[in-house]
Amino acid sequence: MIKYITGLATALLLASFVASAADVTKDQIKGLDEQVQDIKKDVINLTADLLQLEEKLLYPSNSQFAIFISLGEKDKLRLDAVQIKLENKVLAHHLYTFRELEAMQKGGVQKIYTGNVKTGEHQLVISYVARSSGGDVSKHSDTFTLKKGVGPKFVEIKVGGPGANSQGLEFKDW
Amino acid sequence: MFRKTLCYKLPILFFALYTGIVAAENTIDEAPELTDIFYGESLFYAFQDKHFDAISKLDAELGQFYNLDDPSLDPFNKQINHAEFSVGSFELAYRMHQRAGRAIRAVMESNLDQTIRNEAAFRLARIFYQKSQPGNALDIILKIKGDMAEDLRVDEIYLRAQIYISTGDFAKAVTLLKSIENEDKFKGYIAYNLGIAYIQNGEEKKGIATLDKVGQISTDDRGVLALKDKANLTLANRMLENGSPELAKKYFSRVRLNGPFANRALLGAGWVNVSLGKFKKALVPWRILHERSVTNEAVQESMLAVPYAYSQLHYYGQAALAYGKAMDSFGNEIDRLETSIKSVREGKFVKAIVDKEGERDKNWLHNLRNRPETPETRYIMSLMASNDFQQSLRNYRDMEELKQRLEYWLSSLDVYIELIELRRRYYEPLLPVIEKQFKKLDARIRLRIEQRDRLDQRLKSIVISRRPDYLATAAERGYKDKLDRIELYLSKRPKQYSKEVRDRVSRLKGVLHWQINKAYHERLTNAYKQMKSLDIYIEKLNSTYQSFVRTRQAATQSYVGYDIPIRQLQTRIQARQMKITGVMARQAKLIETMAVNELERRRNLLEEYQVKARFALAESYDRATKKQDKAEEDKIRQKLEEDKLLKQEVEPEKEEPKQKVPDKEQSEQEEVKPEEKTQKNTKPQASVEEDKEQAQGVAQ
Repeated sequence: MIKYITGLATALLLASFVASAADVTKDQIKGLDEQVQDIKKDVINLTADLLQLEEKLLYPSNSQFAIFISLGEKDKLRLDAVQIKLENKVLAHHLYTFRELEAMQKGGVQKIYTGNVKTGEHQLVISYVARSSGGDVSKHSDTFTLKKGVGPKFVEIKVGGPGANSQGLEFKDW
Repeated sequence: MFRKTLCYKLPILFFALYTGIVAAENTIDEAPELTDIFYGESLFYAFQDKHFDAISKLDAELGQFYNLDDPSLDPFNKQINHAEFSVGSFELAYRMHQRAGRAIRAVMESNLDQTIRNEAAFRLARIFYQKSQPGNALDIILKIKGDMAEDLRVDEIYLRAQIYISTGDFAKAVTLLKSIENEDKFKGYIAYNLGIAYIQNGEEKKGIATLDKVGQISTDDRGVLALKDKANLTLANRMLENGSPELAKKYFSRVRLNGPFANRALLGAGWVNVSLGKFKKALVPWRILHERSVTNEAVQESMLAVPYAYSQLHYYGQAALAYGKAMDSFGNEIDRLETSIKSVREGKFVKAIVDKEGERDKNWLHNLRNRPETPETRYIMSLMASNDFQQSLRNYRDMEELKQRLEYWLSSLDVYIELIELRRRYYEPLLPVIEKQFKKLDARIRLRIEQRDRLDQRLKSIVISRRPDYLATAAERGYKDKLDRIELYLSKRPKQYSKEVRDRVSRLKGVLHWQINKAYHERLTNAYKQMKSLDIYIEKLNSTYQSFVRTRQAATQSYVGYDIPIRQLQTRIQARQMKITGVMARQAKLIETMAVNELERRRNLLEEYQVKARFALAESYDRATKKQDKAEEDKIRQKLEEDKLLKQEVEPEKEEPKQKVPDKEQSEQEEVKPEEKTQKNTKPQASVEEDKEQAQGVAQ
């Protein structure tokens, strides 16, 4: 009797361990998963073509201009907001989320603006608000002369890098 | 039977542990020193788990790189392998295992540093292991040669051991796990798997001793605490199998009362007591269990177990009452399950799990139970935590996201078509006029440039052979022409061409020659200077000319040649949308089937319980009636005997039955009216103190 009860109890305990969908086979799940992967691959390729078309249509190479923001002092600086003006007109304004900031602290680069600009020289004003590791809030601003040539122009603005100027900014042409 | 079940169960345990530790994730932790700004942008998205954007952007960048005439000259070439590895990693994180596998295999087979190739092999082996293909995983991991990167050393050994466990090579798994037994990484998990590997390898004692250690780990980590409970539960089950209920009891008592395995442990603890014939003690953990959520399988089982124990204690009334309550409860739950099955079939479940709110709420699946319009998810919590369900759910969500992206692109293409039409309307009337003006200007520009080129040629020839006359002024050239004409005129009239005149002409020519030659160097320098300043203007002219040509070209290109590509893209998008809709429908059906199957399994179980309860209830009533009849018979018999005695003995002792009344009442109360008994004596089998003591034991 005791043996029977023990066996029954064990079987019941084990039966309660696993929940499975009996009529759904592994092959079905695998098959669908493979189809999903194929679709993902297709859509990624399609998106690349669409992005190319968009770039050609909206940002032709002779006038294309993009600004990127990165962090130099990855652990010390907490960037709150950035504003970019071109010829006294606001091009972009961005408030950073925690995830964005974390991504930048790991070395990711944010493309903050893509647009078109005429060839020649332009005044670019970058303002930002940041917090130090101690929590002090500081505001900085600096002007940069952008020389736009015939081809596309990509500018990286590094905040708080080792080669930064007095306003904590470093400009790099790509 | 037990061994068979255990063998079936173990891989599931390993798998659950494995997926708990190694979820598909982006393995790139930090960006390298960038040589390509767009690679940095891709990483920006990857670090935020926006893998689709990361892959699209990096794919596009890699495509551009490989299309260069000589990619080796591009700075991106320096970190192309890192980028290739990254794209594989992002694809893996985006659950594109097939493509990620190919990318990582490419790195593995390259001539890169052995450490990087080892890392690639490790990642690929892990993909295969995750996809439940341990054979392939083993083939790949065996390709690792030399040392691994230090941060992956333990991971690699642990994965290798897991693969050996899956392929049934337990001895090798034991050796590997023992070598990393004292590592802080995967604390508890290594020991747990080592214990299981020992048992599977036939080293029962060592296995039990190892699991016993896991069962006593001191930690605050919730995951490890759950593992600790699992180890104790595994040990308890093992002890039950070995016929050592006392030991099983000890292990059950170690499981926390508030952990994920508490209900199973409480149920098991009760059954252990039953197996020892201690029915009163069995009631203690079961009563605790009884108070818990009725949707839990262990709780439902305890609803049958409690009256079973009562009946074993001959408290049939109470047993009947408990069976009755269990039947009511099962009935209610069956109704809820029916409603839930209906709701799932109507698509409400899938709709709820992919709700937008789920993106913000990490515990969305868990919190679904609080939403009134959602089916009863308490019954499918374990299903929802399973790997298959999670994979299906993620796939469905990914498809939903892709669908939205394609919808966005489709509407964007409509806007682009409109934009192109506006450009066409604006430029088409303007361009012919501009073209006409441009042609005129173009002819003038060409003329001037030819003039400049001729002057340039002259200056260059002067440097080679001295030609001062090329630098004569207009007046000097006029004088020279005049003198030449005078000479010609006089040569035809010899009478007038006297010596005096000839000398004079010669002198004047000499003066002119002197002047031109004397000023030659200065004039040459000036000519160079003038040429240089002319070149500045020519350069500006050329630049304006080029700019105009480009602008004209850009204006034309802004609306010409888009119709066919846009139409093709629209068709491609629509085709993908149809494909996605189809796959989503199948995926939703699969999720619903999983949920319905699980709900039906639980309903069937409850129906089975209900039938058992019904029979047990009848039996309890039967036994209670029999017991009551027997008691009445006994009473009658006793009365008859008493009457007999009374007749035989003295008359004054007639009042004696009155003294028996309390006994009679007590007996009736105990056996005939179970409801009253329950009210008066809710804990007849064990004292409150005993309950507490036992509960504390389980908690410990």
